[in-house]
Parts: sequence; C-alpha cells; structure tokens
Amino acid sequence: MPNKKLSIRIDGALVDAYEGQTILQAARAGGKYIPTLCDLEGITPVGGCRICMVEVEGIDRVMAACTSPVQEGMSVKTTTPRLTQHRRLTVELLLVERNHTCAVCVSNGHCELQTMATNLGVSTVRLAYNFPKLETDLSHPKYVLDHNRCILCTRCVRVCSELEGAHVWNLTSRGINTRLVADLNGKWGDSKGCTSCGKCVQACPTGALADKGRAVEEMVKQNDRISALAMRRGAEA
Amino acid sequence: MKKLKVATVWLDGCSGCHMSLLDMDAAVISLAQKIEMVYGPLVDAQEFPEGVDVTLVEGAVSSQEDLNKIQKIRQRTAILVSMGDCAVTGNVPAMRNPIPVQRLLQRVYVEGTLEGKAVPTDGVPPLLKHARPVREFVKVDLCLPGCPPPAKTISGVIAAVLEGRKPDANLTVKFG
Repeated sequence: MPNKKLSIRIDGALVDAYEGQTILQAARAGGKYIPTLCDLEGITPVGGCRICMVEVEGIDRVMAACTSPVQEGMSVKTTTPRLTQHRRLTVELLLVERNHTCAVCVSNGHCELQTMATNLGVSTVRLAYNFPKLETDLSHPKYVLDHNRCILCTRCVRVCSELEGAHVWNLTSRGINTRLVADLNGKWGDSKGCTSCGKCVQACPTGALADKGRAVEEMVKQNDRISALAMRRGAEA
Repeated sequence: MKKLKVATVWLDGCSGCHMSLLDMDAAVISLAQKIEMVYGPLVDAQEFPEGVDVTLVEGAVSSQEDLNKIQKIRQRTAILVSMGDCAVTGNVPAMRNPIPVQRLLQRVYVEGTLEGKAVPTDGVPPLLKHARPVREFVKVDLCLPGCPPPAKTISGVIAAVLEGRKPDANLTVKFG
C-alpha cells in the first residue's frame, strides 16, 4: 500500500510528497533542484556535506534536505541569500581542508566539488589553506586512493557496504584527522574483503578514488550506474 | 584619452597565464590602443611604476623576493587581480608545502643530481616555508581561477575596467 500523500510547498510551489520521503526526494520528484555532494541516489543519505541545507518555515535553523523527512503543510525554501552563504562557506572549507590541486587531478573537469564551486560562484576562499601532508594508497592493482582529494562524503563506504556487501571502507579518527581506511586501517591492496568491483571509484565525487593509470582529466565517473543498480536492487527486495 | 595603465607580474607560476593573456589573438591589437603595458615579463621596465590601474598577478607567493614584490605592487596598484590558480589557490607550486624547505632543496639539488651537488644560494631568493596564494599576503580585488584562465576571461576583465563596469559581474569561474 502506498504511503500517505502529503502536500508541501517548495519555493512557494505546491509539490506532492509521500510520508517517509525526505525533503530532497520530494523536491527531486517534483522537479526542484537542491544541490548535493555526499548524497547518491539509491544509497542511504547521511547528511554529511551540509550542501543541501534548506530553510523550513517556522524553524530557525537550516536543515539537511537529504535526511529531513517531509511533513504535511511544510514550506521549504531551497535558495536564499543565507543558504547560498552557507553553501559557499561549506565548499570553501572543503577546498582549504586538503590539497585539491584541480589542475593536475585525474578528475579535473568531471569533479563534483569543482562543479559545485563553479555553480556557487566560488572564485576564491576566505580562509587560509591547510596544506596537510597526506598519503596516497597505490597498493591496489586496479585503483588508487588519494587522501588529498577526499572530502569524506562516505559514498564509497556506503556503496561498498550497502550494494557490494563487502564493507571494506570505513572512517577512522575524528574532526580534521578523519581518514578513510580500508579494513582495519590496512593497505587497500591487502584487503581480503575487497572484490575489486570498483563501485567506490564510480561513486566517489572527486578524484580521491580513481582507476590506476589515468592522467589529468581522464577519470570520468559513472555514478548514475551505481544509482541504477541500487534502484534495481531496491525493486527486487 | 588617457590610456589604462596595466601591469603583469610573474611570481611562482609556469607563465601559462601570460600565454593565455597573449592567446586573445587579434583582440590584443584593439586592446593595445586603449592600454599601456607599464611593467611585466612582456615589457622592458625594470622598476614597478607608481599609479598602475590594473595589475594581473600570475603565480603563488613562494620566495622572499615574491613577498617583497607583491607588497610594493599592492601599494602602487588600484585593482589587483589574482590571475590563475597559482595566484588564487597556490596550485602546483603549493604541492611542495607539506615538505620542509631544507628537505626539499636537499632532495632536488643534492640527492637529485649527479654533478654540482649543492643547494644554490647565490642570486636566488630564499624560499618561504610555503608557497601560498596572493590573497594571504595582500588584499586582492578580483580572483580569476583557472589553469590557465581563458583568454576571454582575462581580456573581459580589462575591457570591463576600461568601460567602468564591475569586472566580476557575470564572471564564470572554474578551478583547474
């Protein structure tokens, strides 16, 4: 039996929604665009990147559209000066935290972080760059992990766990020290659980996970195929 | 009509942004009638002049010499533009930043060579601890990311200043 139908407003327009949907799902179904980074259709949302923040009438704080459920009569604003400020600052924080050297990145021109910066008109950052010393893991025969480019969106963690059922990836430590790790902080190439399926690589929004041997601009991801697979699995279940 | 005084500067970069500047092809001819290039790698001036209208800065601030230059340039320039990713973000020159300077020089000039194993000191400015974006040292009025920024973006900025428009309106930005 389908879920109860609700009526909400997004940027003033009436949109049909169903109980149990998130604001983001209802917006997408209604043809409304909300920018996202950590979200990947078909896998569990985590509200990690804070790009999809929206304003809900009557609530003071901004809310993550990808994890907030719709409620009857709710009125959502997706684009306000305050939200644009939040989103810009979020992208700037991501850019200064690690070493995103777009010019020499495999994903240059195909990177979701880079595109987000362009779409939000981020032409510089207001903070000092962190320039941390970070590792690259080249131990896997087919793929590479470059921590310099990782934004900790956890798409790889979720696809590996939810779709492939291998759960090779995890996060360790906290705050600015958070790192993506394979198994119990081992080398990716040593992981017995990794099936080398490459779903994590395709899901990754930046050049942090990439095919080995790609040169600058050569890594084009196909995360729509990840979503399509997730949808088929969902339909079968 | 008084010509717009334009200067360009080449700090720690590859000169690619200057190549992009020249890449405006025929547009450079009409532009040349309205601007005067007063300083930069493309002209002969030895000293950065006073009263410059627009300065396009290529490259990160990487050495003591870069730092001295950019501070003087800021004082003498009305509109300072960070041209390209190195000036805006640090980009490739900043990839050395996680490595201590002495370790870096040792690796390149001593371990990395077969002859004349010595870190050069004569006639070269000392490196700063980091190569960092221009914005972290002096006020920057406009940032043009890109590696390099397209010729049209650069000429668009100069054209906007000539016409008294705000140069950052409708500017499409892209890092890399």
